[in-house]
Amino acid sequence: MSIYIARSPAVSARSLDGEMIIMSTKDSKLFTLNEVATEIWQAADGRTPLSRIVQDVVCAKFEAEPEAAYADAEDLCRRLAEHGILVISDQPLESAR
Amino acid sequence: MADVVSIATAGTGARTSLLDRIGAKAEARGIPISVHLDLTWACNEGCVHCYLDHSVGGDMNTTEIKGVLDQLAAAGVMFLTLSGGEIMLRKDIFEIVAYARSLLFDVRLKTNGILIGEGEADRFAELGVREVNISIYSHLPEVHDAITRVPGSFLRSIEAVKRLKSRGLAVEIRVCVIKGGVSYARLRALAEELGVRIQYDATVAPMIDGDRTPVSLNISPEERAEFYADPAVLPGLEDACAPASADELMNGHSCGAGHNGCYISPQGDVMPCVQFPLVCGSLRQSSFLEIWKFSPQFTEIRGIRNRDLHVCGSCSSLSSCGRCPGLAFQEGNMRGASRQDCENTYFRTKVPTPLYPAPEIDPAPRRQTPVSSQFVPLTALLPAQRDGAHRESAAY
Ligand code: SF4
Ligand code: SF4
Repeated sequence: MSIYIARSPAVSARSLDGEMIIMSTKDSKLFTLNEVATEIWQAADGRTPLSRIVQDVVCAKFEAEPEAAYADAEDLCRRLAEHGILVISDQPLESAR
Repeated sequence: MADVVSIATAGTGARTSLLDRIGAKAEARGIPISVHLDLTWACNEGCVHCYLDHSVGGDMNTTEIKGVLDQLAAAGVMFLTLSGGEIMLRKDIFEIVAYARSLLFDVRLKTNGILIGEGEADRFAELGVREVNISIYSHLPEVHDAITRVPGSFLRSIEAVKRLKSRGLAVEIRVCVIKGGVSYARLRALAEELGVRIQYDATVAPMIDGDRTPVSLNISPEERAEFYADPAVLPGLEDACAPASADELMNGHSCGAGHNGCYISPQGDVMPCVQFPLVCGSLRQSSFLEIWKFSPQFTEIRGIRNRDLHVCGSCSSLSSCGRCPGLAFQEGNMRGASRQDCENTYFRTKVPTPLYPAPEIDPAPRRQTPVSSQFVPLTALLPAQRDGAHRESAAY
């Protein structure tokens, strides 16, 4: 079963020529995401399952193998969630900007 | 997906180098990653050293400010400093901050804090303001109040520091060091007691319209020597300005002003930096990107390399000097040296600099200002009236 992901409202974010720069407003931690992670971040609308994001965005754009790509993407999302900049749920989520 | 994410924590070297890399990439792509936007020059304090004329009106209204924020977000600006004057005098301050946050800016506020009560602190925390800088001039209430010319302001500002800090915002005390003698160690102890960072600035700049009166409030050479020798000061001198890209020295330039950052006045004038008051265009006449990309002033600034600098280009202290092109501009030539920086560098390094202690050369020959000589001086754009009065409130 896929997870759902949404961007936390407690961040600032800007794409700098394809590289997402994220700052946590809670603890001033600064993050930069590479191209693949940036695509996942941008698709994190809380409603689209991560499996769908991986299939439509990661596999389609970066020619990745679906199962390994999903495992990597979930690992990334859990790391970002630990830092409070992404919200993860088993159910669709409301918030996302 | 190794290395998909770089993470850097506040106050670490990794964070500084990540910010430097972001600044350099923004500059290479022509993106203004950080913008300082003054919302008003009106103020409810009357600081003796202030570089602004509080009686200048004509501030952009809410709709204009929102339009500017839209343009800045589209241009790639991430780091947004909202300042003044006193931002809390804007009745629409929360609407502006909420709008900026909806555009995902990293919002830093500069304020004296005296109008920040519990409700205001709650609101800023809810909106996701990340950092607030509050000006404190002394650990002694009577000295601080004499500088701001508002009795009780010290206590009110300190209360604001506590309120914001208790809600998890990053609060930093900003100290403009002026004549009159503050104890840096006591101020640092106060900041530590409050659990906040502190940053000192030992340069009192001229007024933004070129009036050099406040410069006389700079500390004396003896006080400056003491300032740079004080261990309580040094940790607070980091990160003062937008970083320049770390080019090889002679091909590099002084700072990020006009390269990856800029300043916007409450009237919509775009300048390289709040301390570099060269008007490059008006947002009431042109779009932000038109000004940022094509104004002759920004183009000229971006063309200046350290090797082109008069005096500084052959100065052995260039690599250790935090040369400010804005101060040089205000002393007559953006390619020149500034006496204030030469003096600071001398007291920091103990190595004589071209203009301090014994100036023997003309620091700022005016013949080297091909584009800036065509500019309308800022003074000509401002109303003549100046009564020095500060306002308690402003309507928008
Ligand atoms: S112009 Fe001066 S104050 Fe502004 S960023 Fe450059 S060095 Fe700093
Ligand atoms: S010390 Fe003076 S001359 Fe040397 S780089 Fe700094 S401002 Fe220029």
